[in-house]
Amino acid sequence: MLKKARYVNQDLCTGCGSCAEKCPSLVVDAYNVGLGWRKAIYKYFPQGIPSVFTIDAPNCRQLGQGKKCGVCAKVCQAKAIDYEQKDEVVEIEAGAVILATGYEVFDPSVIPEYGYDRIANVVTAMEFERLLSASGPTAGHLDRPSDIAMERELEELEKEHKKVSRQVKQLEEKCGKTSQEAAEMLKACAFIEGVDLQAWVDLAARAEQMEKRIAHLKEKASSFQTAKKIAFIQCVGSRDFRFNRFCSSYCCMHSVKEAMIANEHDSEVRSTIFCMDLRAVGRNFEEYKVRGGKQSNIQYIRGRVAEITEDEAHNPVVWYESTTSRQVVHEVFDMVVLATACIPSAGTPELARILEVELDQNGFFKTHPLAPLNTSRPGVFVCGCAQGPMDIPESVAQASSAAARAAEAVSVRKAVG
Amino acid sequence: MADEIRIGVFVCDCGSNIAGYLDVKELAEYAKTLPNVVFVRENLYTCSESGINEIKAAIKEQNLNRVVVASCTPRTHEPLFRGTCAEADLNPYLFEMVNIRDQCSWVHMQEREEGTNKAKDLIRMGVAKAALLEPQQDIQSEVDQRAMVLGGGISGMTAAMALANRGYEVTLVEKAPELGGLLLKLDKLAPADIDAPELARQQAELVRGNPNIKVYTGTTVEEVQGYIGHFKITVNTDGVQQQLPAGIIIVATGADVLRPVGLFGYDGERVINQLELEQRFRTGAFRAKHVVMIQCAGARIEERKYCSRICCMVAIKNAIEIKKRSPETTVHILYRDIQAYGVENEVLFQRAKELGVLFIKYDPARPPVVEAGRVVVHHELLGRDLDLPQDLVVLSTPLIAGEDNVKISKLLRVSLDANKFFLEGHVKLKPLDFATDGIYLCGNAHYPATVREAISQALGAASRASIPLAKGVMTVEPIVSTLVDEDACRGCGLCVALCPYGALEIVRTEKGRKVRVIPVACKGCGVCAATCYQHALTVNSYTDEQITQQISAFLSA
Repeated sequence: MLKKARYVNQDLCTGCGSCAEKCPSLVVDAYNVGLGWRKAIYKYFPQGIPSVFTIDAPNCRQLGQGKKCGVCAKVCQAKAIDYEQKDEVVEIEAGAVILATGYEVFDPSVIPEYGYDRIANVVTAMEFERLLSASGPTAGHLDRPSDIAMERELEELEKEHKKVSRQVKQLEEKCGKTSQEAAEMLKACAFIEGVDLQAWVDLAARAEQMEKRIAHLKEKASSFQTAKKIAFIQCVGSRDFRFNRFCSSYCCMHSVKEAMIANEHDSEVRSTIFCMDLRAVGRNFEEYKVRGGKQSNIQYIRGRVAEITEDEAHNPVVWYESTTSRQVVHEVFDMVVLATACIPSAGTPELARILEVELDQNGFFKTHPLAPLNTSRPGVFVCGCAQGPMDIPESVAQASSAAARAAEAVSVRKAVG
Repeated sequence: MADEIRIGVFVCDCGSNIAGYLDVKELAEYAKTLPNVVFVRENLYTCSESGINEIKAAIKEQNLNRVVVASCTPRTHEPLFRGTCAEADLNPYLFEMVNIRDQCSWVHMQEREEGTNKAKDLIRMGVAKAALLEPQQDIQSEVDQRAMVLGGGISGMTAAMALANRGYEVTLVEKAPELGGLLLKLDKLAPADIDAPELARQQAELVRGNPNIKVYTGTTVEEVQGYIGHFKITVNTDGVQQQLPAGIIIVATGADVLRPVGLFGYDGERVINQLELEQRFRTGAFRAKHVVMIQCAGARIEERKYCSRICCMVAIKNAIEIKKRSPETTVHILYRDIQAYGVENEVLFQRAKELGVLFIKYDPARPPVVEAGRVVVHHELLGRDLDLPQDLVVLSTPLIAGEDNVKISKLLRVSLDANKFFLEGHVKLKPLDFATDGIYLCGNAHYPATVREAISQALGAASRASIPLAKGVMTVEPIVSTLVDEDACRGCGLCVALCPYGALEIVRTEKGRKVRVIPVACKGCGVCAATCYQHALTVNSYTDEQITQQISAFLSA
């Protein structure tokens, strides 16, 4: 196995976080599905095990960009930073192998009619989970991505504007003239010794443009509201002849959960869940779904969404037929959440090749109907989503099951017969 | 204790997690003023190697006989600090942890002064309690390395073999005359087209052939005594009783199929359930030209709110079987949602449609009406009533809790849910354990499951059960309930009734009925101590006196 260098000594690091506080490099945070930032030295997520930090070398000034830094090593009281750490090849001998490599989330960009790439306020369920999370990029407030983007633009613009207007001021003070006067001089083809009049006038014009845009954005931002009306679209990439024919099992329930939690945070939130069948088959799930409808302002509509468009206020507009009322409707929402399919993780084919096990026609590790933990190779077992979509209780149960099988394989106490 | 109490207090910065929000220097100074405190140290990270060494050094050099660490959460670091005390030859239960991070600095990040004052209160309380701590010894209990499995269906048989194949002796108890459970009554399993009774017989043969498994059929459970590692189960075979020992018990007692008398004209003749349909497949009694299946018959309704998970696929499986036998037979499936979850089932659903099975959605507010020769259903998607001809109506009914579940739950002192299925310890993280130690759960007894899911769960339950079996010895923290005043105990049994873990029992002594604690089963939750109006019971390290002193210390600010 290849154990990649962490550049942090795992045994010394106490997980205190001083390094990340001081690190100057900001990186887009994949854990928060690209919605937030982290540092080049980081913990993947706050409760991660082991509770130690790792340096993302390509994004690190010192390790990946050839610049001088070393701030983390300076502030680390445990002396745990080790820039010289190398990747390690580790060999382990085992009598049994358990595959618990999980799954990945389907990318809905391949469904153009849902506008995931075009429309800021159409998000995937995973992105919604991060927005909803108190430890996520918006501290649990359902800020609309279009609003977040505008606020970021505003921030950048204000920074830029500060710089530009400082430059303009310097010029004004140096020459003892206002920018207006400079523009008139330029028009009159006059000049000032050693001063680029054109550049000055251009700068001043740019500053003015920025001010206009900033004022416009500020006005917009003052009326920003968190999302109140949310649409959930089920079976995005699942039960679909174009992509995956299977059902991803857990997405109906997580949409109900997300709608209920959003309503808990803000009682004004109302949700509509667009589905074909609402699959609530686990213990207490049906009751939960019904409760959601009664107590949490959730409406269930049977119908596949045909298309999502966008209005000028960046609101997604959902076009659908409600099959039980047989009406074709379009409705404006604040945000649309796509319940994306559970697909085999990208490394699965390679892992299958290395371990010499078979995959099923959906790309998950293949198991026998009556031996759900066994792969096609004796001694190699699989549990959880690596073999097919399943929810947490089932995954946890399967983990124990795979352990039982593996224990049998390596058991010292042999039964007779 | 006659000796002088000498408390050492270690206040942790936790990097900036505590020091960034509270005045830790002030806390350390404050700690010095507290009664019985002879040594105080502020650490950057008490949990670091240097911090641990300082604690050990201080215990030796300062003759400390109590240690208080004011830092993070005991959930992560209490075992570490207890271990540290033990290494310095100080009883690990003379250690008290005060949480000034999760419960203080982290929640008062904008309130430095108030937060620091609160931390002072917490430390003062911790020190007051530490002065009253008594040394304790871990409790050890040997585990009987034999297993008992209740139920001889696919779940029970799978669990039994999983344990037997690892060398453990297993007793399998089944109340029916033969092994096999519900499988014996089914026809085929989809999608692999496996003959269910044949599978049951094969498994039964393997079970009977396994030298580590002792099978008792036609046998019921009458009494269960004991606790994890020491169960004594009394079983009854044809009126003969025996007591069988086991270290762990696996509940695999399955479920029954509802016969919905009073629903949709159910009569077991013309209107039957899916189980009866499968039996007709086997006996050759199936003969129909127009079959109408009705889903959610007796499920997802006011009287029975749950979804029985498997019935949609059972209906689809049987519809495909009908089409295979006589393609001209019309099959309508009247449904509310088609629960074809997972990787394989959509393919079957598709297959059924290709074979000409017609799916009609109905609204539960307007259920289908079964009449002679026809079923009238309001087609929700068409918006009008349909008249479907029928010469056989098949109701897809839910699995309901086994009739013995209430009795078994009382015998084992485990919980049932609202629908009388057995309730697991934690819905996400302990799906196969009961809250009571040493008893595990799998298959239909837990919730409706497919054969594949049942096998998986059975293996999982066997895996969980093998943990105490493999260890052979159980070591339990001594933070357990203790009878401190035997005379005061009136044997009223209130604590026994309230204990969620079956850790208390009433026994006859020379002084009359008294409570006895089973330390190995006790989780130290304190419900018994809180309930006992005679103050006869208390929890080690959370005694009435200790808690009272903590409260006094708090109020004495």
